Amino acid sequence: MSVRTLPLLFLNLGGEMLYILDQRLRAQNIPADKARKVLNDIIMTMFNRKFMEELFKPQELYSKKALRTIYDRLAHASIMRLNQASMDKLYDLMTMAFKYQVLLCPRPKDVLLVTFNHLDAIKGFIQDSPTILHQVDETFRQLTEVYGALSAGEFRLIRQTLLLFFQDLHIRVSIFLKDRVQNSNGRFVLPVSGPVPWGTEVPGLIRMFNSKGEEEKKIEFKHGGNYVTALKEGSFELYGDRVLKLGTNMYSVNRPVETQMSGASKDSASRAQESIAANPLAKEELNFLARLMGGMEIKKPSGPEPGFRMNLFTTDEEEEHAALCRPEELSYEVINIQAVQDQQRNEELARIMGELEVTEQPRQSTTKGDDLLAMMDEL
Amino acid sequence: MVAADSEGPKDPGIRCPSHRMFRRERSIPLQSSAAALCNNLSVLQLPARNLTLFGVVHGPSAQVLSAAPDGVPLAQRQLHVKEGAGVSPPHITQVHWCVLPFRVLLVLTSHRGIQMYESDGSIMVYWHALNSGDASSVQAVFAQGIAASGHFICVGTWSGRVLVFDIPAKGPNIMLSEELAGHQTPVTDIAAEPVQGQDGMADMVTADDSGSLCVWRSGPEFTLLTRIPGFGVPCSSVQLWQGIIAAGYGNGQVHLYEATTGTLNIQINAHARAICALDLAPEVGKLLSAAEDTFVHIWKLSRNPESGCIEVEHCHGECVPDTQVCGAQFCDPSGSSFAVTGYDLTEILRFGSV
Repeated sequence: MSVRTLPLLFLNLGGEMLYILDQRLRAQNIPADKARKVLNDIIMTMFNRKFMEELFKPQELYSKKALRTIYDRLAHASIMRLNQASMDKLYDLMTMAFKYQVLLCPRPKDVLLVTFNHLDAIKGFIQDSPTILHQVDETFRQLTEVYGALSAGEFRLIRQTLLLFFQDLHIRVSIFLKDRVQNSNGRFVLPVSGPVPWGTEVPGLIRMFNSKGEEEKKIEFKHGGNYVTALKEGSFELYGDRVLKLGTNMYSVNRPVETQMSGASKDSASRAQESIAANPLAKEELNFLARLMGGMEIKKPSGPEPGFRMNLFTTDEEEEHAALCRPEELSYEVINIQAVQDQQRNEELARIMGELEVTEQPRQSTTKGDDLLAMMDEL
Repeated sequence: MVAADSEGPKDPGIRCPSHRMFRRERSIPLQSSAAALCNNLSVLQLPARNLTLFGVVHGPSAQVLSAAPDGVPLAQRQLHVKEGAGVSPPHITQVHWCVLPFRVLLVLTSHRGIQMYESDGSIMVYWHALNSGDASSVQAVFAQGIAASGHFICVGTWSGRVLVFDIPAKGPNIMLSEELAGHQTPVTDIAAEPVQGQDGMADMVTADDSGSLCVWRSGPEFTLLTRIPGFGVPCSSVQLWQGIIAAGYGNGQVHLYEATTGTLNIQINAHARAICALDLAPEVGKLLSAAEDTFVHIWKLSRNPESGCIEVEHCHGECVPDTQVCGAQFCDPSGSSFAVTGYDLTEILRFGSV
């Protein structure tokens, strides 16, 4: 599959995460300066130059487990904490939102416009911080450099790679159900009306040419949809009208984020079986995590900064209940460190995790290995 | 044949009065969902045994199953890529039955190589590993595009080269006989038809990611007859029937070309999204097009008896609601039934004429 997919996956999922956190920070009435700090810290970590360098290296996509670990780390890059249940829900929402966006992209290349929509919104969150703004613009430039010249065929392979990653995910999201973009069985609605993609003509016409290439006859046929011509192409410049709405922020204070678990279904069971069986990959995935998170420079808090807990649910009881009721096959197990025999890699990962640590209490462990396991367990 | 469309029940099909109506028939359940690949359904009709075989790619595995005429599944088998070294499990790109003069082989292409099995998928008779030597670090290496041409099986690759394998009447003594150069971008699909009439007629077409087509004549050595340039949009699927090339593109268009000259005769704005599959019912010249816009359309190809020019007529359109179709095939030679697969769908949908 395509080795250029990871940056798009990471940035769009990250963008969705920020939309959700922003909405919850406001819904939970977190003071404005704390909320701003949380978003700034996360965005700064996301767009760190070293991290971006690792991200943009050509590589295969890793498992959902491995990717989830990165977002766990990212969500905890500031003074905010999340319980397992809330982190699960956050990841569910992020993945379903981006799956929806990829599926509904009119052209495979439009996934780049979706990414730009996310970046435009991220710049809105950090308007007052010129250094971070510069980092985001730098990422923008990198995206244009890598993806600007790709062919339609290469974008098609990227799209197929992304859809493979999201295959069999059917979590029902309340906001999608309400807006009727998702059916009650978890499948997305694919409209057969609206503008055709840029570069596509409205179906319904048959044109006949003679041997000289001149058009001789036109016939119409009934194609069944209700399509219209696309008015204009979205802009791929640093600033511009993207035209496409996919990837813009669909949450607001009045539209809370909720998910309903689809429950034990055949789809999720077969998917879970595959991911559990693929444990020989754990070592490669740890290498990937070490590389990527090694590039994440998470600031240690300068003084005693009181943290707070973010709840993705409306009450603490709901959060506890969700943790108990989460179907087995939908749990995101943390990567099993013990499976790795490579002592050197273990130590390196421990060093990185030690640097990344943002805790209020001192740790009480004897060995580095235990430290690492304890830290991973806490995510 | 149904007459006027003023009577009769409302149905999701869009039909011309003089052509058949289709209705949903019993679906065939799959063990795992279909992947969002192109040409992701292969059908082998075995009327003598009252069976139909279906092949669908899930991702790291593919499923091959047999079903009775009414759609009741009988037996099934999962196939995997032969070697799994590397970061993630290698993915299958296509599964396709090749009907040769004396045998039928099931061919599976992946990001590792090409596997050939006996028609029921029970025994692997041949394995060809892809050589990724020339690939840069950013290029994906894979095989894709499979067709039988006489006693050869042709398979496309990521580099644009088409591998030609010489298949003996029986046994595993399969040999790579030729590598065809004609494409600069990854091959997407290959179509072939039995040579008819005069010698020197085109009997194979290959398509690629940039939309270019190459027209070939098979033989102990294959000859490139014509090249049809692309226009920057991938050609995902191609068919060949009586010297007519049908090509489906990423912009939803179906083009009909004269194989001997490479001239574009007909351009159909058939779909609103990328076309994922084309199929032919050769007995009657029916063409099926399926796309990510959830629609399947059936067309009738013909030649004008006086001018010899290619003609086309739209017969039927079927909407498969909320389904990003990834594969579609006729299930009988007269084109009176077809099957459809969709991304994330764990069943094969079947449609039959009323």
